[in-house]
Amino acid sequence: MTTTTPPPGPVLDTAHAPSVAARMVEAKKPDLLLTQEHHMCPGCGEPVAIRQFLETITQLDAVERAIGVAGIGCYTSFSGTMDVDLVQALHGRAPSVATGVKRMLPDALVFTLQGDGDMVNEGLQEVIHTAARGENVTCILLNNGVFGETGGHMTATTVLGQRTKNSIDGRDAEYHGYPILIGDLIAQLQGAAYVARGSVHNAGSVARTQKMFKRAFESQLAGEGFSFVEVLTMCPTGWFIPTAEGPDYMTETLGEVHIMGELKVDGKVHTTDELHAQNVQKQREVEEALAQGGLEKDHQRPI
Amino acid sequence: MTATQTSPRVLMEGSEALARAAIVAGCRFFAGYPMTPFTEVLEHFAKLLPDAGGVCINAESELEAVGMTWGALSTGARAATGSTGQGLSLMQESFSEITLAELPLVVFNMARGQQDYYQATRGGGHGDYRHIVLAPQDVTEGVELVQLAFHLADKWRNPSLVYGDYLIAHTQEALSIEPISFPDLPAKDWAVDGTLSGSGESRAVTPLGVSKFGQRALGQEGKAQYIATKLPLMEREVRVETGFVDDAETIVVAFGSPAKFVKYAINQLRAAGHRIGYIRPITLWPFPYETITDAAKGARVRRIGSFELSAGQMIDDVRIGAAGQVPVQFIGGVSTDHSGFGVGRILDVDVIRERLLALHEDRALPVIPGYEVNSYTLEPHQAEATR
Amino acid sequence: MPSSDTRLIKSRGTVTIDVDHCKGCDLCIPACPPGVLAMSTAVNHMGYRYPELYPGCTGCAACSYVCPDFVFEVFRFETPVVTEVPA
Repeated sequence: MTTTTPPPGPVLDTAHAPSVAARMVEAKKPDLLLTQEHHMCPGCGEPVAIRQFLETITQLDAVERAIGVAGIGCYTSFSGTMDVDLVQALHGRAPSVATGVKRMLPDALVFTLQGDGDMVNEGLQEVIHTAARGENVTCILLNNGVFGETGGHMTATTVLGQRTKNSIDGRDAEYHGYPILIGDLIAQLQGAAYVARGSVHNAGSVARTQKMFKRAFESQLAGEGFSFVEVLTMCPTGWFIPTAEGPDYMTETLGEVHIMGELKVDGKVHTTDELHAQNVQKQREVEEALAQGGLEKDHQRPI
Repeated sequence: MTATQTSPRVLMEGSEALARAAIVAGCRFFAGYPMTPFTEVLEHFAKLLPDAGGVCINAESELEAVGMTWGALSTGARAATGSTGQGLSLMQESFSEITLAELPLVVFNMARGQQDYYQATRGGGHGDYRHIVLAPQDVTEGVELVQLAFHLADKWRNPSLVYGDYLIAHTQEALSIEPISFPDLPAKDWAVDGTLSGSGESRAVTPLGVSKFGQRALGQEGKAQYIATKLPLMEREVRVETGFVDDAETIVVAFGSPAKFVKYAINQLRAAGHRIGYIRPITLWPFPYETITDAAKGARVRRIGSFELSAGQMIDDVRIGAAGQVPVQFIGGVSTDHSGFGVGRILDVDVIRERLLALHEDRALPVIPGYEVNSYTLEPHQAEATR
Repeated sequence: MPSSDTRLIKSRGTVTIDVDHCKGCDLCIPACPPGVLAMSTAVNHMGYRYPELYPGCTGCAACSYVCPDFVFEVFRFETPVVTEVPA
């Protein structure tokens, strides 16, 4: 939650750019966003993810060949504010539309932008067939484990125990069945060249996710086949929690099942179970280092 | 529109002719899913498109087929999809939305009969929309109407549907596929190709009433109003063929390949002195209401018959056209072969001639084969209307 | 000058904060590694509290990474700025 005792010192002027010599290291918004304004809820992870792939397109110098295909969900409003040539598809149907675009314009950088309800519910066959065919497009999945736009309902990626408006006591395997780990399904397909799962619950995972976008787009530009980046995003509204609890809720629910990592890269498949084991190992190493007083996290040192 | 014959005629089946006509019209993308009697159209596109520099995808479902075509259309390419009625049922949501997105889709319905009339003209999708529907009577006309479909789709930025059937798909005719020259159309600067990304003026192809930030948005209501006001403007594209209506006592309305049989039978009856005329809608939408209204005013006209291979769908439009001036009677019926696919027992000149004569002479119509045995029996609990 | 009851904090970077677009989600607060952001007591025109910056920013841009509303611009000073604060 918010800090109750503020850090030492005065509140600094943040209304103006610095008056002493300084260089900007991070602009306010990506070049490819026409406006910073949007109607996403406070604490929504979707704009955080969208920023990363838009910046990646600019970094890869692929702007003038970028074409987006948007699905239907909260993120759909970004169809109008992303400064890319765009085709609006129906719920679940972006991958087939992206296929038609890319087949006609093989040199374009074609990406889809879809939510979990869109891609893993309505459009499951579309993304699987597109991946199986090895279409040279990049499908981007914003996965918050709910249908956000309709108010927080269960999707095929909702995890067991997660409470939604139609699994009010928590998703129950016997009644509601099990979640689909879509990244794993796609990684098994021969046509899929790069499959990764990122997250935006903290700065480190955001940075890691940007690298995944870069590798995915590079894979498309190199004609390697289908690329896929899933990004776990917070949805405090659909999760019925205060915004500040979003990241912790994510790591405790979605993040426990849909594990971050590269599921397919350089021809090798890594299952979610393998990634989980790697994460458990990394966490053990961090805890051991902390126990030995080794991890320095506080940069605020007296002179 | 005219086509001059310059190349030799080749014997080919209708499916191949329609595919070749599409390619001659500039179609460079096709996606489809096999389904009888449409399958051969897909096969021919698969074989012919790559050599023409195009792409044919064997989609994993009809829903994905129309989606892929949607994507191809968005880039400004001429693109088509198709199926038979059942497969088109799966595509209906996309048809509605593609119309809102103002994309020039061409759809082939290689129908199993004529019972997809409502689907084609009313649309099975949601919302206010219409597709221009062209119904060829044979392969030769199909070759012309396919090219016209692509032109009209681009002209109006509205889908056009070619209503073919089993007979047209599988009949071989000797043809040369000549390109028809149409009037010039504006360039497709609405199409997306990535080149305006990052410029601040990037484009969106969308069925929604939203637009790019900074550009005027119609909103959902505005978009629906925009399309609603566009629909009547397309009615000028109506096409119809008539024969012997000036002195007719009986007028028969029929479309598609059965209409060719009807015309043949009418010619026989005229030779025997019977004053029977015909009206053959070539566009099912826009429907030639005025032609029927005018014909019904004929001094001698006593009755109009609607001949269709269905339970009676076009008859609704015939009745609207007749505007109550003369009685309209259904003289068709459900008639396919045992598999439900193809031509049925009433698609026969002799059978049709008997039905036309019965109509003309105000006699009871011969019973359609199968109707007696297969007719529904009213149950006792259904006898009274529920109030 | 530092004395026994003050100390100096070095800021290697700073940010601008677009207060009017902040939706008060709090995500930047725990994201900041040196912990130099804290939510205000005042509210903006939408009724949300917003982050305020204290000395010690490193210019790492973590706040910008996690912010859903594009509130931060991040700078690194040519020469770190030193602030004297109570010990």
